Amino acid sequence: MSAAAIAEPMLPRPFRVVASRRETGDTVTLELVPLAGSVPDFAPDQFKPGQFNMVYAFGVGEVPVSLSGDPADGGRMVHTVRAVGAVSRAIAAAAPGSVLGVRGPFGSAWPMAEAEGRDLLLVAGGLGLAPLRPAIRQALARGERFGRIAILYGSRGPAEILYREELAAWGQRPGATVALTLDHADAAWEGHVGVVPDLIPGVSFDPRNSVAMLCGPEVMLRFTARALLGAGVPAERIYVSMERNMKCAVGLCGHCQFGGDFICRDGAVLRYDRVAARLAVREV
Amino acid sequence: METLEHLLLEHPFLAGLDAALGRPLAGCARNLRFAAGEFLFREGEPADEFYLIREGRVVLELHVPARSPLVIAAIGDGDIVGLSWLAPPHRWAFDARATAETRAFGLGAGCVRERCEENHHLGYEMMKRILPVTVRRMQAARQQLLDVYGQHPA
Repeated sequence: MSAAAIAEPMLPRPFRVVASRRETGDTVTLELVPLAGSVPDFAPDQFKPGQFNMVYAFGVGEVPVSLSGDPADGGRMVHTVRAVGAVSRAIAAAAPGSVLGVRGPFGSAWPMAEAEGRDLLLVAGGLGLAPLRPAIRQALARGERFGRIAILYGSRGPAEILYREELAAWGQRPGATVALTLDHADAAWEGHVGVVPDLIPGVSFDPRNSVAMLCGPEVMLRFTARALLGAGVPAERIYVSMERNMKCAVGLCGHCQFGGDFICRDGAVLRYDRVAARLAVREV
Repeated sequence: METLEHLLLEHPFLAGLDAALGRPLAGCARNLRFAAGEFLFREGEPADEFYLIREGRVVLELHVPARSPLVIAAIGDGDIVGLSWLAPPHRWAFDARATAETRAFGLGAGCVRERCEENHHLGYEMMKRILPVTVRRMQAARQQLLDVYGQHPA
């Protein structure tokens, strides 16, 4: 669904929090449903993996939050929110029964159709696993349409790992591999310690016939994209989810301008060869 | 039956090394096996042997009083454990502990340094393999220092 398809894209619509699950010390996953009769065109199965909503804590403010649920689940908007600033703290604290405003879904989507028939690399860092989760769930549910599926995830430490149980379950799926790495660990951690690009040589995939989807802090995106290029993945089959200061979400206000693109309208998912040169420019 | 020399020269770290050039390294090598939890070396000890992992996993860690040891890096199949043997004062900067059953070649550091001094072609080939590992680990350590996954409010 594009902003143009939403009747009044600037109008927050009321959604009730029906579930809140703590993921880590500062991160929760909320499930939202529209207030009865207030959102007649609500169609959660219409959003595409990679899109985002503007979520409004009434009286506090509004922030962009990626959709982290599976469109196929239907009926609910799922958002994973990290309490970082005043607005995200208010949203993360929203208890079941409370009401939040929602505008969206907005933005571009992960290229799921293009990835069919190819090996799929889903590479996330930190909270970047949340925007990739719909793509991961969709790919695993339709595993026969893809080659090998590799999920590579970097986290700060053991306590910050998102969706811990799901990660373990994803790794059990036929044809799927999950590799984790931590920036820092204690002696109880027996897995990998290091940066996400270090995981790439340990994964079996055909670089000439793969699609890579990357989401995380921009430093991690740059280094991971370069490692994938070095492994032979063509730039035109690497996709990154960009983050900028989004306000209107419909390409009008210009807050999220990134060179010739508005991240809210043209992104957040963009092809790497389109943005690679700009990623190297400090001023952009 | 495959000889130690043959197996050593097949290790990914030595891939592409001319056999005649690399043969003297076999005289410095021994086959080792470490159980999970066993230390390969400890901080401050003389760095007199380094390791090429054939299979397994080793972590580099720092012990901190009253805290669980901090794991700095994990090293796996085909990689090298230990770089301090190359630079004076030839003492380990970290602890190295196997976290899984690990098979490795141990190479006597003094012996390898001597072979490299005797034949600078061999020394240059070794440096061409060690320097990329050093650069990769230094870049990774710098990225880890950035704490990119930490909280950074706009």
